Amino acid sequence: MTDSGGRKIGDVLLKVDNISLAFGGVRALNDVSFDIRAHEIRAIIGPNGAGKSSMLNVINGFYHPQKGTITFRDIARTDIGPYDAASRGIARTFQNIALFRGMSTLDNIMTGRLLKMKRNLLWQALYWGPAKAEEMEHRAAAERIIDFLEIQAIRKVPVGRLPYGLQKRVELGRALASEPDLLLLDEPMAGMNVEEKEDMCRFILDVNDEFGTTIALIEHDMGVVMDISDRVVVLDYGKKIADGTPDEVRGDQAVIDAYLGVSH
Amino acid sequence: MLYREAGQFKTTYGDDQAIFPIRQDRWGIAIVLAIAFVVLPAVATPYFVTSIMIPFLIYALAAIGLNLLTGYCGQVSLGTGGFMAVGAYAAYNFAVRVPELNLIVVFLLAGGMAALVGVVFGVPSLRIKGFYLAVATLAAQFFLDWAFSRIKWFTNYTPSGSVAAPPLDLFGIAINTPDRRYYLILTIVVVMALAAKNLVRGRVGRSWMAIRDMDIAAEIIGIRPWRAKLSAFAVSSFYIGIAGALWAFLHLGAWEPLAFDINRSFTLLFMVIIGGLGSIVGCFFGAAFILMVPLALNQIPLALGMPLSTAMISHLEFMIFGALIVFFLIVEPHGLARLWGLGKEKLRLWPFPH
Ligand SMILES: Nc1ncnc2c1ncn2[C@@H]1O[C@H](COP(=O)(O)OP(=O)(O)OP(=O)(O)O)[C@@H](O)[C@H]1O
Ligand SMILES: [Mg+2]
Repeated sequence: MTDSGGRKIGDVLLKVDNISLAFGGVRALNDVSFDIRAHEIRAIIGPNGAGKSSMLNVINGFYHPQKGTITFRDIARTDIGPYDAASRGIARTFQNIALFRGMSTLDNIMTGRLLKMKRNLLWQALYWGPAKAEEMEHRAAAERIIDFLEIQAIRKVPVGRLPYGLQKRVELGRALASEPDLLLLDEPMAGMNVEEKEDMCRFILDVNDEFGTTIALIEHDMGVVMDISDRVVVLDYGKKIADGTPDEVRGDQAVIDAYLGVSH
Repeated sequence: MLYREAGQFKTTYGDDQAIFPIRQDRWGIAIVLAIAFVVLPAVATPYFVTSIMIPFLIYALAAIGLNLLTGYCGQVSLGTGGFMAVGAYAAYNFAVRVPELNLIVVFLLAGGMAALVGVVFGVPSLRIKGFYLAVATLAAQFFLDWAFSRIKWFTNYTPSGSVAAPPLDLFGIAINTPDRRYYLILTIVVVMALAAKNLVRGRVGRSWMAIRDMDIAAEIIGIRPWRAKLSAFAVSSFYIGIAGALWAFLHLGAWEPLAFDINRSFTLLFMVIIGGLGSIVGCFFGAAFILMVPLALNQIPLALGMPLSTAMISHLEFMIFGALIVFFLIVEPHGLARLWGLGKEKLRLWPFPH
């Protein structure tokens, strides 16, 4: 992992322009545009069903928008697949944990490094020489993440047996393992108690600070959002209704109305 | 000797990732291998070697193949018998048509052919899952059954449709005694079981398990589902094909397509479920168990002085297997291997339960 040398917000890393996405009659996203700058923490907020998760799904190629472009590191595409997104450095976690439940914490984190491993089947069947060296190299990288997230004690435990809060942490670990440039976090603190939330906030800030990773974060806890994000984009009914620093957004009348449920 | 991990500090990740990280396990494996290679051939009767050890080893190999696909990659298959048949008939055709081929090469080619066929029949898995995939692989089984009994080229136009393996030799040694057959099979099975163990603890195995546990998340971390699934079909069928070739050449000697019918597919699936989905050692447990039940049903009542009729034995067999399958599927999908693992874990911590 490369250290950016502290946090210095850079150029635009990802730009979405005029994204529209519909499921049958449901318009999940309606002409949404915003950008994410390198090394920043960008929050995406909005009431339930606003289209936040759909936006992340579009960014990492899981949903295909009917309209609009996604520009990542200066390459514009309308439609990418999850594999392209992953191999170009976009990683994510899910609103409903999507870990590999039958595998241990360590193996889950190792899967995050699969794209970096190259040895073919035959070498792996031998598990020797270059294949073993590759495995060890990636094991060491996985261990650094395990240390970073303070989950040494559950290294060998199948994740299906872990409590919810730890599962969320392991899922973050798996995403970090790919050493992403852009990390998408879908409600990483939902369902956590105060202590777990504090830990998670600390990890997010540390990732951003130590590795320079750009983070897009969906979160319902306004306190957390206001505390840790650099800029906030607000969605409501698939439309962008505000975009700016936490302070700007907080004072915005449209945002206040959306959250208070004022009719449109 | 106690089964203890204490005092065995792993100082490198290499030690921790070793195939058998605990010393007692390494000893255990060494002892099992010594028995298999040295003690057994010295003391066992030819009957025991031919009718128990050889089928046991070949079944275990085929079960490993099926387990890679079903237990590790989560793709159900009822076509195992068919893929064994591909291996058997491919070996036959290579051996008969190109007699100068080395026997090992023949087996490898048989496995390769089965892998190709497995990939073709694995293509539906890219679109369908679970029950529907099971039906698709069942169709593969019936198609292959049909092909080997109807397309005469495969059986080299023998009038009866039954074929016999040519005389076998390996590096000038005729493989014509039970012991020699046993050694050849044992060596192949040991090497391939170790290779399977290596595969499942590395990148490929992790990509299979990721697809099994949650294919959507796997895709998002950059695993391409078609690659993972088709490679599982290929490797699995390679193992099953070699098992089929060994079964035909070294166990049966002469055979007809019926030898690889749907019953074979079910037997292997039962072995994998009882032995443990997602475990290599479980395949050996499952194979041993399924071979032992009929023997026990035969021998125990006999010893008690009230022999059962053959019909009764086979009814009981069905009932026992049926009950066990239900039990394991519901209570312990990781099968005997899991029970074995639990036992070891208890021993590791004994006498302190926490
Ligand atoms: N795969 C899908 N198929 C059909 N409709 C969908 C799908 N995904 C999302 N939607 C719809 O799109 C809209 C936006 O959903 P989305 O999950 O993006 O909201 P969200 O902002 O993440 O909400 P929440 O805060 O509840 O997670 C909703 O009306 C939802 O029902
Ligand atoms: Mg959501």
